[in-house]
Amino acid sequence: MKFSGIRVLKEALTGHKGWKPLWRDPDPKPAYDIIIVGGGGHGLATAYHLAATYGITNVAVLEKGWLGSGNIGRNTTIIRSNYLLPGNQPFYEFSMKLWESQEQDLNFNSMVSQRSIINLAHTDAQRDAYRRRGNAMHLSGAGGELLSRDQLREMLPFLNFDNARFPIKAGLMQKRAGTARHDGVAWGYARAADMRGVDLIQNCEVTGFDITDGRVTGVQTTRGPIKAGKVGVAVAGSSSRVMAMAGMRLPIESHVLQAFVSEGLKPVILGVITFGAGHFYVSQSDKGGLVFGGDIDGYNSYAQRGNLPVVEDVAEGGMALMPMIGRARLLRSWGGIMDMSMDGSPIIDRTPLDGLYLNAGWCYGGFKATPASGYCFAHLLATDTPHTTATAYRLDRFNRGYVIDEKGVGAQPNLH
Amino acid sequence: MTRLSGGLIDRKAPLGFTFNGKTYQGFQGDTLASALLANGVQLVGRSFKYHRPRGIFTAGSEEPNALVTLRSGARAEPNTRATVAELFAGLEARSQNHIGPLEHDLMAVNDLLSPFFAAGFYYKTFMWPRAFWERLYEPAIRRAAGLGALSTLPDPDTYDKGFLHCDLLVIGGGATGLSAALTAARAGAEVILADEDFRFGGRLLAESDLLDGAPATDWVDRTCAELAAMPNVRLMPRTTVFGTYDHGIFGAVQRVADHLPDPTGQVRQTLWRITAKRSVLAAGAIERHIPFADNDRPGIMLAGAMRAYANRWAAAPVRKSGDPVAIFTNGDDGHRTALDLLAKGVPVLGVIDTRPAVAAFGAYQVFSGGTVTGTKGRHGLTAIEITRNGQSSWHNVGALGVAGGWNPNVHLASHHRGRPVWDNDLLAFVPGADGPKGMFPAGAARGKGGTHAALTDGMEMAIAALSDIGVSASPIALPDTPDTPAKQSAYWYVPAKKRAWVDFQNDVTVKDITLSHTENMRSVEHLKRWTTLGMATDQGKTSNISALAVMADLTGATIPETGTTIFRPPYTGVSLSVLGGGDTGHHFRPRRLTPTHHWATAQGAEFTEVGQWMRASYFPRAGETHWRQSVDREVLTVRHDVGLCDVTTLGKIDVQGADAAEFLNRIYSNMMGTLKVGMVRYGLMLREDGHLYDDGTCARLGVDHFVVTTTTANAGAVYRNMEFAHQCLWPELDVQLISTTDAWAQIAVAGPKSRALLQRIVDGFDLSNEAFPFMACAELTICGGLRARLFRISFSGELAYEIAVPARYGHALMERLMHVGADLGATPYGTEALAVLRIEKGHAAGAELNGQTTALMLGLGKMVSPKKDSIGAVMSRREGLAQERRRLVGLMPVEPQSQIPAGSHLFTKGTTQNMETDQGWVTSSCYSPYLNSYIALGFLEDGDTRMGEVITAANPLEGQSFEAKVVPTHFVDPEGGRLRD
Amino acid sequence: MLIPHPLLGLRDSQEFTYLGDASLMNRPDPSAVTAEADFCDYVFLRDNPAGVHRELWFHEQGDRSWLIVTRNTLTHEILGAELARDLPARGAK
Repeated sequence: MKFSGIRVLKEALTGHKGWKPLWRDPDPKPAYDIIIVGGGGHGLATAYHLAATYGITNVAVLEKGWLGSGNIGRNTTIIRSNYLLPGNQPFYEFSMKLWESQEQDLNFNSMVSQRSIINLAHTDAQRDAYRRRGNAMHLSGAGGELLSRDQLREMLPFLNFDNARFPIKAGLMQKRAGTARHDGVAWGYARAADMRGVDLIQNCEVTGFDITDGRVTGVQTTRGPIKAGKVGVAVAGSSSRVMAMAGMRLPIESHVLQAFVSEGLKPVILGVITFGAGHFYVSQSDKGGLVFGGDIDGYNSYAQRGNLPVVEDVAEGGMALMPMIGRARLLRSWGGIMDMSMDGSPIIDRTPLDGLYLNAGWCYGGFKATPASGYCFAHLLATDTPHTTATAYRLDRFNRGYVIDEKGVGAQPNLH
Repeated sequence: MTRLSGGLIDRKAPLGFTFNGKTYQGFQGDTLASALLANGVQLVGRSFKYHRPRGIFTAGSEEPNALVTLRSGARAEPNTRATVAELFAGLEARSQNHIGPLEHDLMAVNDLLSPFFAAGFYYKTFMWPRAFWERLYEPAIRRAAGLGALSTLPDPDTYDKGFLHCDLLVIGGGATGLSAALTAARAGAEVILADEDFRFGGRLLAESDLLDGAPATDWVDRTCAELAAMPNVRLMPRTTVFGTYDHGIFGAVQRVADHLPDPTGQVRQTLWRITAKRSVLAAGAIERHIPFADNDRPGIMLAGAMRAYANRWAAAPVRKSGDPVAIFTNGDDGHRTALDLLAKGVPVLGVIDTRPAVAAFGAYQVFSGGTVTGTKGRHGLTAIEITRNGQSSWHNVGALGVAGGWNPNVHLASHHRGRPVWDNDLLAFVPGADGPKGMFPAGAARGKGGTHAALTDGMEMAIAALSDIGVSASPIALPDTPDTPAKQSAYWYVPAKKRAWVDFQNDVTVKDITLSHTENMRSVEHLKRWTTLGMATDQGKTSNISALAVMADLTGATIPETGTTIFRPPYTGVSLSVLGGGDTGHHFRPRRLTPTHHWATAQGAEFTEVGQWMRASYFPRAGETHWRQSVDREVLTVRHDVGLCDVTTLGKIDVQGADAAEFLNRIYSNMMGTLKVGMVRYGLMLREDGHLYDDGTCARLGVDHFVVTTTTANAGAVYRNMEFAHQCLWPELDVQLISTTDAWAQIAVAGPKSRALLQRIVDGFDLSNEAFPFMACAELTICGGLRARLFRISFSGELAYEIAVPARYGHALMERLMHVGADLGATPYGTEALAVLRIEKGHAAGAELNGQTTALMLGLGKMVSPKKDSIGAVMSRREGLAQERRRLVGLMPVEPQSQIPAGSHLFTKGTTQNMETDQGWVTSSCYSPYLNSYIALGFLEDGDTRMGEVITAANPLEGQSFEAKVVPTHFVDPEGGRLRD
Repeated sequence: MLIPHPLLGLRDSQEFTYLGDASLMNRPDPSAVTAEADFCDYVFLRDNPAGVHRELWFHEQGDRSWLIVTRNTLTHEILGAELARDLPARGAK
């Protein structure tokens, strides 16, 4: 069924009787060419691209809960391609281009909204670092603008310009950045993959890998064993747990990141704004909620909930940056489990086991990567070669000394 | 007026207030909602999506409809629930989310278009043409969405933050909570009793039950008085415990001044972090409704809320006094409302009870086996349709109470992701066994909702909680009250062709849930996200269970099989101001001041933020109109005479012990153990992954005594890492560490005349080059007996020293140096000149030590000694680091007066510029008054072999491109003769 | 969170700085033939268990002790804490 304004109109006039399920609920088949473990954003995008881009449709996505129940349904919805390092920036720019055509590609309005991001600088050194980053963005074709304090004041008069502990000195803006409706992204990929024949299997937890002579041949699940030519794991947040079943230790720690939304408010903030002198970033959703976040809690956790100090820290940052939000109320907070990698960058690679592929380590930047992550993982699964924009995301980069460390903090996951 | 007799309002204290500009009168003790009802106002707002007229639905913080903007100007507070807004004189409230007057909202056209706005419609359209989403569709949606508006002005009020500790935190001050608190308090336990209401009593205030034959408020008042008099009890009314965090820590907000006409001069709200050994959750229960056709009109409210308005606030829920009220119920509880209303003289049309053959409990009509199947009334309810046995009839009413049963308020018991469990007798979820450790749900919060049951359970749970921590508490005498068990039936919604609302605020109807089912969005999380059910400001407190019931009906599963969504903090909305606790503006982070800060202030210095420190950046003099003039002057003074700079902010770590030398050998990549006593050595520290971490000097003051200096930025982290190495890696080494950054003031004395200047303050110390050469250090006294440390080290490349004195003498030392050095031209210099001097000399700083670079890149590869182990040594030899080709170089712009901004990228001249051809970047850049040219440092591929080559430095971000010559990093005195003379 | 400091009793976790898995105490032998690989494993790889985790916390705003805290990463329940410098042997976890 094709979605369109005409279709909505027709259904509205006929009592919404013609709508069909967004996807089927098939039982697992005994075997697939490719199994994707994890029905979150990256897994669903991978399945979609396997089918739509690489023509491989005998594919199953195994999800232990409900589709989109991972971090795709629990994030601050920001999309951007404003990275510094050559290992990252081309990949995120590729992702941005896929975002720009996503709704037409998927025939689903995931509300990709290019309303800009502005990263604020509060010292000369920070401004210089943003200039280096902005130039990297230009060199990759992503664009960007360095804004002066005066320009910022005109655009964002509600920021704290006059009474700040750390004065605003400059800002790096990417106009093409913005937000997308997180659940919509998951559902769009799910529906598009299902329409192309991919089996999306919910409530099906992988409990083990079948390994014969160094080769993965299938998985054990709560709904029985399933054979597979190849298995791709995309379970950010649980990567260490799942890969431990294949006997692998990863350069990853699991950490909780809290995110927050305020009660609905009439529009005041157009794009995404990040504070450079504290842990706070914010955008406003189409429903009016201020969607904001800050730093991870900072200790290993699988608990999907955080603690009060970070809540206070984030609110302090928000109030320091934009004191006008003080009388808005926090409506809801939530916690997601992040794959915090040792250099802050992800992994899309084969593993020492034949037939087993890994997509992991997205830290708290996985949402914006969803389209390119799916594309590149599908490329790897289909061709056994890394996609040109993802060649740096190798597992062996750590041991060989080619880390992609945007923040320069080293193998300390809670600082990335 | 629809004010009734009695109630807990103070009729001697009338309060004027305005709603949408119109003046009304209420009384002390009213909420905005009760005062509006008492004035016959039913229409108070508009719904989120369809802009349907809406009235007051509840009498508590679970209110979905009656949201208003309170106060005005910078104090305007959007989305405030009228049901919990305490009335004060002059209160100003406005309704929200409408264009034009509330009665004639232009956006109400959305209601006519509602067939198009079914669940999830926006995912299916607005996709063409592509550019129209940002330009047209989305702006329209954004404008229509949202509820209240922010003032966009800074919050003018003040906020506070505090910490409390107790044996037992009792959350909720109703029958259960009061009984629990009293039991615990009499046992001598430290007790905190918190309630979101401004008056303790909970449902005891809303019901007509007698305690010991007297009004319940008698017992409530007596109990509160006893508790208030006990030193081990802290009573916290107007305090919402909003979150359950780990290890017995709770977040709570106390509304200190929200109920005052003018909060100026007071803290408005306080954020409390309460650490409780045990807690009793006595949060009561929240009533649910029964969806039926057109059930969202003003005048339709929860039956329990109706009782509260009648009993506590003496307000009838009708527009006109004498209008009859009807009750729609699936159990006995609705009948209580009929009885209480009758007792207050409110005419009751009757009780529509879904159960067959139910008898009245009093003098009113019962429509047994009946349902409400329709309503009328545009801005307020005028009539309802009652259907029984297939027969329908319309009846005029002024209000309708809906009683669908009570849901235990399990919110705080579920914040640790423990799932509530279904109780088939109660027809409700109750807290599960896997709730937060140390929390004891009690009373209605776990389904024991009768007054007697609640009182008893509160007491018993308090005894159990205290016994857990070894405190023995005795039962207390509880007031006598009849407990009438309320029977209830599993009747969830009235099937209808028209819309029947489940979630009022977000306009989610039974049809939306049906559509969600059709489209296979059946998991409770999918349902919620597809329809936005439960995502409004009330977080589904009145709607979630009804929605589950509808979905369960559609799938054929049970309600517990259908599931429940996850409860997350906060319980109710918490203002961001109070969460920030007032640490805003200049108080956002602590400010650390150097020992010479006040001196520098008196000199008219400009300051800059360096981490938490404030440092003087330059010292403008009369006649200087541009910062560069001051900085150039300061730089040249150092190059020609002598300058003084406070460098206290550099980290200083004292290292002592028999194994101090060995320890430092392992900390620094270069050899440090061989350092002679009385000498200083420059050192590099690596991270264990082999990357460059920090640099600084290490001075050996004695055989077993070293002083390590770090960069300002890494002072804390280097100390932490050294303690890690000491305590965790090599505890066998005899070494002790202490950070002395704040203990010593340190001043750089730099320039050709620095020796002459210092000679004037040292106590007979020989400063000659022979006696105290470059990189020497000593402990000495100055100024006639003040102990000091002197280091002959140089960041500027000139003859220079750093002198340290106990921090409290820093200010005096600076004054003395300025005084005795006046004829030598002694001049203070700030961080700007410091930066120019070090760039001129090619010394690395933060921009070069950014955590992504290596010793090799700085041309210091030899400083990673292969002769010994040290942190990072092994991993610095990995392929990727060993083969790194970028090197730090100096850059001279071909056009000397062009500044190459730091952050420009470097390219071979003439190549296409992209990420593949990128050869490095400019790290630092400044104007050198010494060379009369801009200069820069940068990392360039193979830079060490490209001296003299002209390359391109590109800054496409700002549309700039420069040609620059690659030169050595030492722009000044490359042989280093000056610092050794 | 509250951390049971062996010397100072229950302390708010905000007084501490977190490092990570206690295996970071087991620095490999730098002179081993396999030193480079050993160090890579030591620096980069983690068990990252969902459950009981022994981890390093530094009492930065307190007595500057490094503690090994045993904590459940699923529930955040803390099972104990000890002074890192009291541990006799390195190498074993």
